[in-house]
Amino acid sequence: MSKLREAIQHKKFVITAELSPRKGTIVTNFIKMVHALKGKVDAINITDNQRAVMRMSSLVASYLVLREGAEPVFQLTCRDRNRIALQSDLLGAATLGIKNVLALTGDHPSAGDFPEAKPVFDLDATTLLQTIKKLNSGVDLNDHPLKGSTDFFAGAALTPQTQPLDPVLLSMERKIKAGAEFFQTQPVFDIGAFELFMTKIASFKAPIIPGVLLLHSAEQALNLNDHVPGIKIPEVMIQRLKNASDPRLEGIEIAVELIKSLREISSGVHIMTVGQEKDIPVILERI
Amino acid sequence: MIVTEKKPQHEVLESLRDYQKVFVIGCGSCATASKTGGEEECKEWIEELKNSGKEPAGYIVPEETCHILLLKSQIRQAQSASDADAFLVLACGAGVQAVSEATGKPVVAGLNSMFLGTTYRAGEFLKYCSMCGNCVLSYTAGICPVTRCPKGLVNGPCGGMINGMCEVDNTMKCVWVEIYERLKSQNKQYRLASITPARSYKSIRNLKIEPRKLSRKAL
Repeated sequence: MSKLREAIQHKKFVITAELSPRKGTIVTNFIKMVHALKGKVDAINITDNQRAVMRMSSLVASYLVLREGAEPVFQLTCRDRNRIALQSDLLGAATLGIKNVLALTGDHPSAGDFPEAKPVFDLDATTLLQTIKKLNSGVDLNDHPLKGSTDFFAGAALTPQTQPLDPVLLSMERKIKAGAEFFQTQPVFDIGAFELFMTKIASFKAPIIPGVLLLHSAEQALNLNDHVPGIKIPEVMIQRLKNASDPRLEGIEIAVELIKSLREISSGVHIMTVGQEKDIPVILERI
Repeated sequence: MIVTEKKPQHEVLESLRDYQKVFVIGCGSCATASKTGGEEECKEWIEELKNSGKEPAGYIVPEETCHILLLKSQIRQAQSASDADAFLVLACGAGVQAVSEATGKPVVAGLNSMFLGTTYRAGEFLKYCSMCGNCVLSYTAGICPVTRCPKGLVNGPCGGMINGMCEVDNTMKCVWVEIYERLKSQNKQYRLASITPARSYKSIRNLKIEPRKLSRKAL
């Protein structure tokens, strides 16, 4: 059974961290990072060609996490695979012993380094969740029986800082109906706004693991605000980074503060970085 | 209507390289409305052919260039068409293929077919329908996400919606927000709490019979 599922069911404040597979075949640093996080986080999310930038397969990188003795969350997007390939990869993941899947629609290829690629989107996050539910019950999407079913703990993404919020909430409701058992969110920076969001979704009773993004400079923060969907870093934080003698340490400080505040209102936190994965253990020591 | 755009002139002339006598065929329907294949554009090409050292054999603008039998009779009436080396067709892909089938002669496409257009006002066209063969409009407030969402999502919005806009183009409103707003104005936004199942692409992909054919015997 998924250790992440177990931790959430036992109302433990879970900590997940995000690692990106490398663009290339040398995984030494990736493995080092897995060891740096092992035992300190409940699970490690492995991104699937995030921002549509081509990297090593998230399935293979998730397996590397598992092989090193840590718990992966296999992120799976609908951008690059049709329903045959998605189901096929899910059966493969289950066979390798991967227990957690984060079902995502995926960024459009126009955001990445192959903008000329054909976008697939045969399924979307919701119908992918339905598919996982079926695989867990022993049949495929077209109800053909499986020789051995999967046992996935399936999650979905959520954008709590987006306006208008109502269509996002309706989308969340659909994802729960489709089988989402937990949600990991886009980075949260405004605790007050997030608390309000949590009261709006209280009736769903779904475990919410809000994202905390490690910032390392004011320029990076401004750049994220301009280019990444669903990210809204408040001016006060940008000023703090700007005025800090060591912006990297200030970024860590901000992340630690956010995590401490989120302890009171959510089921856990999901730590994300933009290429600063080596600082995740530093944050973990401080919370 | 089918919205078309003019191909770059050098590309058309390159395709015409092997032919001396060229007959031009426009289209009185969509390409005329698109200002790409009406009387005026046919005349422009007649001039251009002369300037390029070719012999324009004449031109016609059939009412519907995509109607094979009508087209055959009109081409038969245009005597100068019979000794043309090639036909330059200023019509959509359906029209070009109709000319090819009606004449059996070499055809050169003068236009690119862009999309099935909804006309906002004369000369302004919107891509609202992609003729997918599996219409979802009854469930989406008469706004097509298959065509108007860059991901073609039937369960939107996705995480790429930012302040109501689309991640692919931040000047474009997220079509799922438009759907939500229109449903809300009809007090039917609760519909979005239901899952739209995975779409079937059987009707538009992997066809056993190409091209698709539809016959209405009663007409």
